[in-house]
Amino acid sequence: MSVSVDPTTDPTSVQPSGNEPAEALRPHAEDAFADELTALAAQDDRPRPARWKLSPWAVATYLLGGVLPDGTVISPKYVGPRRLVEVAVSTLATDRALLLLGVPGTAKTWVSEHLAAAVSGDSTLLVQGTAGTPEEAIRYGWNYAQLLAHGPSRDALVPSPVMRAMAEGATVRVEELTRIPADVQDSLITILSEKTLPIPELGQEVQAVRGFSLIATANDRDRGVNELSSALRRRFNTVVLPLPESVEAEVDIVARRVDQIGRSLDLPAAPDGIDEIRRVVTVFRELRAGVTSDGRTKVKSPSGTLSTAEAISVVTGGLALAAHFGDGVLRAGDVAAGILGAVVRDPAADRVVWQEYLEAVVRERAGWTDFYRACREVSA
Amino acid sequence: MTGVAEGGGQGPEAGRPLLLGVRHHGPGSARAVRAALDAARPRTVLVEGPPEADALIPLAADEDMRPPVALLAHAVDEPGRSAFWPLAEFSPEWVALRWALEHGVPARFIDLPATHTLAWEAWEKEGHEEGLEKGPRPEGQHQGGGEAGSENRNGNGGASGDDDAPGAWEGVRGDPLGRLAAVAGYDDPERWWEDVVEHRSTGAKDPFAPFAAIEEAMGALREACATEAGEHGDGRDLVREAYMRIQMRAAQREFGPDGVAVVCGAWHVPALRRKVAVAADRALVKGLPKVKADLTWVPWTHRRLARAGGYGAGIDSPGWYAHLFGAPDRPVERWLTKVAVLLRAEDRMVSSAHVIEAVRLAETLAALRGRPLPGLSETSDAVRAVLCEGSDVPLALVRDRLVVGDVLGEVPAGAPAVPLQRDLDRLQRRLRLKPEADARELALDLRKDNDAERSRLLHRLRLLRIEWGDPTASPGSTGTFREAWRLRWEPELSVRTAEAGVWGTTVLAAATAKAEADAVAARGLAEVTGLAERCLLAGLPDALPTVMRVLADRAALDTDVGHLAQALPALVRSLRYGDVRGTDTRALAEVAAGLAERVFVGLPPACASLDADAADEMRRHVDAVHAAVGMLEETSTTPGRADAPAGTAAETAGGRPGAVERDGGGGRPGVFTGGDPDLGGQSRPARGGLPGAVETDRGRGRPGASTGGNEDLGGEFRAARGGLRERWRGVLRVLSGRDTVPGVIRGRTVRLLLDEGELDQGEAARLMGLALSPGTPPSDAAAWIEGFVGGGSGGGLLLMHDERLLGLVDGWLTAVPADAFTDVLPLLRRTFSAYEPGVRRTLGELVRRGPGQRGGGPGTDSGTPGFAAGLDEGRADAVLPVVRLLLGPAPGPGPGPGPGSDPGPADDDELAGVGT
Repeated sequence: MSVSVDPTTDPTSVQPSGNEPAEALRPHAEDAFADELTALAAQDDRPRPARWKLSPWAVATYLLGGVLPDGTVISPKYVGPRRLVEVAVSTLATDRALLLLGVPGTAKTWVSEHLAAAVSGDSTLLVQGTAGTPEEAIRYGWNYAQLLAHGPSRDALVPSPVMRAMAEGATVRVEELTRIPADVQDSLITILSEKTLPIPELGQEVQAVRGFSLIATANDRDRGVNELSSALRRRFNTVVLPLPESVEAEVDIVARRVDQIGRSLDLPAAPDGIDEIRRVVTVFRELRAGVTSDGRTKVKSPSGTLSTAEAISVVTGGLALAAHFGDGVLRAGDVAAGILGAVVRDPAADRVVWQEYLEAVVRERAGWTDFYRACREVSA
Repeated sequence: MTGVAEGGGQGPEAGRPLLLGVRHHGPGSARAVRAALDAARPRTVLVEGPPEADALIPLAADEDMRPPVALLAHAVDEPGRSAFWPLAEFSPEWVALRWALEHGVPARFIDLPATHTLAWEAWEKEGHEEGLEKGPRPEGQHQGGGEAGSENRNGNGGASGDDDAPGAWEGVRGDPLGRLAAVAGYDDPERWWEDVVEHRSTGAKDPFAPFAAIEEAMGALREACATEAGEHGDGRDLVREAYMRIQMRAAQREFGPDGVAVVCGAWHVPALRRKVAVAADRALVKGLPKVKADLTWVPWTHRRLARAGGYGAGIDSPGWYAHLFGAPDRPVERWLTKVAVLLRAEDRMVSSAHVIEAVRLAETLAALRGRPLPGLSETSDAVRAVLCEGSDVPLALVRDRLVVGDVLGEVPAGAPAVPLQRDLDRLQRRLRLKPEADARELALDLRKDNDAERSRLLHRLRLLRIEWGDPTASPGSTGTFREAWRLRWEPELSVRTAEAGVWGTTVLAAATAKAEADAVAARGLAEVTGLAERCLLAGLPDALPTVMRVLADRAALDTDVGHLAQALPALVRSLRYGDVRGTDTRALAEVAAGLAERVFVGLPPACASLDADAADEMRRHVDAVHAAVGMLEETSTTPGRADAPAGTAAETAGGRPGAVERDGGGGRPGVFTGGDPDLGGQSRPARGGLPGAVETDRGRGRPGASTGGNEDLGGEFRAARGGLRERWRGVLRVLSGRDTVPGVIRGRTVRLLLDEGELDQGEAARLMGLALSPGTPPSDAAAWIEGFVGGGSGGGLLLMHDERLLGLVDGWLTAVPADAFTDVLPLLRRTFSAYEPGVRRTLGELVRRGPGQRGGGPGTDSGTPGFAAGLDEGRADAVLPVVRLLLGPAPGPGPGPGPGSDPGPADDDELAGVGT
C-alpha cells in the first residue's frame, strides 16, 4: 500500500517530466488496465452483485480477453482453461472465499490481483503471508500512542486490510496463505463463516458488508507449509491453476523470461539457446507428468516440483555458465548440472528416478547424445 | 398450437402417424416419449431397430431383464460379424418398448433387417454400391467395433438420433446438430441438445411440442444439407428410410392411419413424413444382400455405453443420464448428494455444508454460462472446487463410479444363445474336441497344427474363465512343445460361456478383449507378466500391445526392484515360449530389455543396508536377473543354445553344433508356416509377421549367424541389446565393490563375474582376501563366503580346483576368534553342508594336506589358473576307453583337449542348472 500511485494521476499516461511523481515501477492492475475496465463497465448490462464494479460475465471476459460489441479489445490476462476462471468468478459471486492453488510460477498472484481489480476496482488490500505474519495483519492492531493517551477506542485501532475490506465490501487478497502459522490462519475462520470480526476490547464488531470477498493463494507442494485446518479449508472453494499446457507454450514462457532476466544481468545473448531450452523444458515436463512426450513410456516423477520457474533458473544458470566460462553458446553441459540439482532433491530416491530416466529415455533419444553424456558426467 | 395441444399435433388427429424423433440414449427424449405416448395412446408402437428382434420384444418385460442390455445381431455362419443396438433404461426406445408391453399394445422394430445390414459390407466390397464412407455397422466385432468407431465420431451428432443404428451420417454432411448448436451459440452440440431438449422437463406443457419443434428443425436441416451436398447421399440411409416407410404404411393399414406411433432418430423424421410412392420405396429395398442372421439380447454395462469402452453408444455419461432420468426432482441436489455419499465411503470428509456450497456454485456457474440448469460440466466443476479441494484425483473416482457407473445389465435365461457359444461349438467340431462331462487327459504336441490350435483354444478359454481344460504337468517330457491337459466340461461352463459373451462374439475376440481388460485392471506387476505369458500361450497377438503397454507402465512406476527382478525371469521365459510358438515377440523383447535396464539402475541402491533375510532374498534376485539377462541375450543372439532344452536327442548324436542348430531352427517354424486359418477364422496381423519370424530364425540358426543375423529386421535391435550383458556386468562390479552392500550379495557378484570370465582368478582372490581380511566382522565374512561358494552353485568344485581361494578361506577360518566362531558356524555349515559328499571329502583332504602342495599358480602351460601344471597322463588315459565307447569306433580329432578342460564345462552346466 505504501507504494501506491497517487490516485489523481493516471500512471499509464504519466510522462516522466515536470513535477509529476515518478512512474511506478509496476502499476497496479486496475491502473494499468483502467481503460479496459472502464470500457467493460460501460457496456456491461448484466446484473452485478452488490458492490461489484462489473458483472461476473464481464469479470470473466476481463481475465480471458475478448472483443466488446463496440470493438474494444480486451487483452487476455490469463491464458489457460476458461473453466477455471469461470469457477473462480462464480465462487466470488456466491460470497465464498477463493483459494488459488498451484506450484510457483502458475500465475496465482497475477490472477488474484486481476480478479480483485475487476471485482472491486482495487487490488491493494493485500496481506502477504509469511512465517512471521502476526494476527494483527489479519484482524487489527493498535496505535499504542493513541491507546495510552486515550484508552481503547476505534480511533486507537489500526484496521488490517481484511477489516477494511469487510467494512467497505471489497475484495481482500491473502498471499501465500499456507506460509502463515496455523493459529494465525485460523483467525480467518470466523471472518469467513460468520462474516464478522469481533473486537472484544471495545465490545464491538465489524460486520462484513455485501460484496466482501477473500482470495487466497497458496503453494501446496512446497516443504514447510502449514496445512490448512479442515475447518478453514472447507470455507474455501479451491481452484488449482495448472502448469502450461503444451511444450510450445512453456518453451515460450521460459525463453521470454530468460531473455528478460538475462538482459537485466547483462548476460550476452545466446544465439542457439532455444534448442537447449526446449530440451530443458521437455525434461521437466516429462518428469513432471511421469510420461514421455510421445506418451509411450512412463517414467517416475521426482519429489521436486519442477515448475516452470525452476526451468527458467536452470536455463539462466546455464547461460551464465556459458557466458562466463564457456564459449558463449548454451550447450548441454551448461544446463546438465542445473537440471541435476533441480531434479535430485532427495539424494536417494530422486537419483534413481533421474538415472532411470537417463537410461530409459534420454539414452535412446535421437540427437540427445551430447545431453546424455553431459548428464552422465555430472551424475556420476 | 391448439390442435397440437388437443390431440397429438400433426399426429393422430391429422390421420398421420405420430412421429417421435429422439436422440438415442437421451433421458430427456425418453421422458418426452413416455409423456407423448401416454397422451396419444397409439394402438401400436414402432421402434427403430432390426425387425428380426420382434420375437424378442416380450423378453423386455421379463422381470429378470434389466437394462442396460443390447440387441445383438450376428451372422449365423460367422459369429464375428455382428452388430449391437444397446439400450439403457433411459433410452427412448427402451421406454417405448416398455410402454407398449405395459399397455398391451404390439411393438415392432421397423429398421432395415439385420439380415441385410450384416451382409451390406461384403456386398459393397463386391462393388454393388459406390463405397459408402460410412464405417459399416455390422463389423461391430471386427476392430473393437465399427460400432464404437462411428459412435465416437457421431457422439456430438448423436442427438440426431442416429448414432447406434446402422447408417449414421458422414462428416461431410457435417454435424447438423453441431451446426444448429453453433447457430444457438454453443460450442458443444451435446450441451446444446441438453439445454434445449433434455433439460426441459415436459411438465404440464404440451407433450408433443418438443417433437414438433425437432421435426421442423430437422426438416430445415435436411433441406440445407441436401442443397449443399446435392443429392445427399448416404445410400444406406435412404434405403433404411424407405424400408421404415414401408413398415409404417403396413402398420397403418393394420391399426388405422392414426393408431401408429414411431420412435426413431430425429434425423429420420422428415424422411418418414415425406410422401413417397410405394413403388419407389420398394425399388430401393429390392435386391439387398442377405446373410442368415440371428438375434438375441445380451447384457450390457454402462461402461460399454460410454465412449471409452469398445462397442460404445457414444455417450460420455450414462450414469449421469440414468440419474437425470431416474431423479423425480432436484436433479442437481440429488446428484451432488450422491457424490458426497460416494466420497464419504472413500473416507473423504464431506459435510452437508460442502454439498450446499457445491449446489450454489453449480447454479452460479450455470447462470454465468447462460444455461437453464447446471449440467454435468457445471456440477463437475463444483465438485472439483468444493468437494475435492481442486484435485482431479477424487473427481476421477466420481467420474468412474457415478458419471459412467458400474451398472451391469441382466438378461433372462430364456434369451437365445450368444454367438460365442456358437463359435465355441464350431471350434470344438473342427478341432475334434468334444465337451464331455467325464474328465480325460489330453496330451498335445504343439508341433502339430491341430494340437497347437487346441492348445490355443484351451488357453483362450481359460483366459475367459471357462475352465474346461486344466493344464497338468506333462508326464515324461520336459520339452516346451508338449502340453498335457485334463479336460472336463461341467454344466456351469455353459453359463460361463454366456457370461463371457459380453467380451466378444468369437473366442479369439473375446479372449483378446478379456486379456486387455485384465491387464488394465491388474494390481501387481507379476500379474501382468503372468498375463503376458498367457497371451502368448493363447496366441493373442492383438492383446499383446495393450498388455505390453501396461507392463511397461507398471514397471516404470514400480519402485521395488524386487518386483522388477521377479517379473524379469517370467518375461524372458515367455519370450522363449514365444520363440517356440512362432509368435512375434519383438515387443516383448523390447519390454524385457527395458525392464532389465530398470533393474540395473535400481539394484545398487536397493542393495544397501539390508538385514540378513532381505539380503538373502536380494541375492536370489541377483541370481534370477543374471540368469534372465543371459537368456535374454541368448534368445537374441545365439538361439541355438536357447533351443537346446527344447531340442531333441539329435543334439548329442550330431556332435557338430551347427547341425543341431539348423535342425532346431528349421524344424520349429515349419509347425506354423503350415498352419491353417486361425482359430477365430479371422486373419490376425501376426500371421503376416510370421514368415519374417521364420526367416529370422533360420538366419540365426545358420552356423556363423551371429554376424549374419544383423542383416535382418531385428538385427539392429539385437545389437542394441547386446550391450545388456555388458551393462549388467558393470552393475555387478559396482555391487561387488561397495561396502554398504551385504556380504552375501557381494560374494555372489564376485562369483558371477568370475564365472563370466570378467574377473580373473587373481582379482577374485584379491577381493576375497579383502572380504576375509581381519578388519571385517566374521559374520560378514561368512556371509561373503556363503554368497561366493554357497547355495548349490557348484562352489565346492571351484574351491577344489583353485587352492588359492581355498587357502584364503582356510586361512580366514583358522583366524576367526573363538568367541566369534560359534556365531559364524551356522552360516558356514549351511554353506558347506550343501556340497556333495565327494566334494566335501576332497575338500577335507585338501585342507588336511595343507596349502601350497599343488604349487603352480597362473602362467604355467595348462593355461587354466588354479589347475595342475601339466596333464596327469595316467588319469587322462584311464578315461579314454569310456570316451571311445561313447563316441563310437572312429573317434574324430575331438577328445584331444578333453581332460584338461573337462572341469570347465562341468562347472558351467552346474551353473546353468542354478539359473533355471
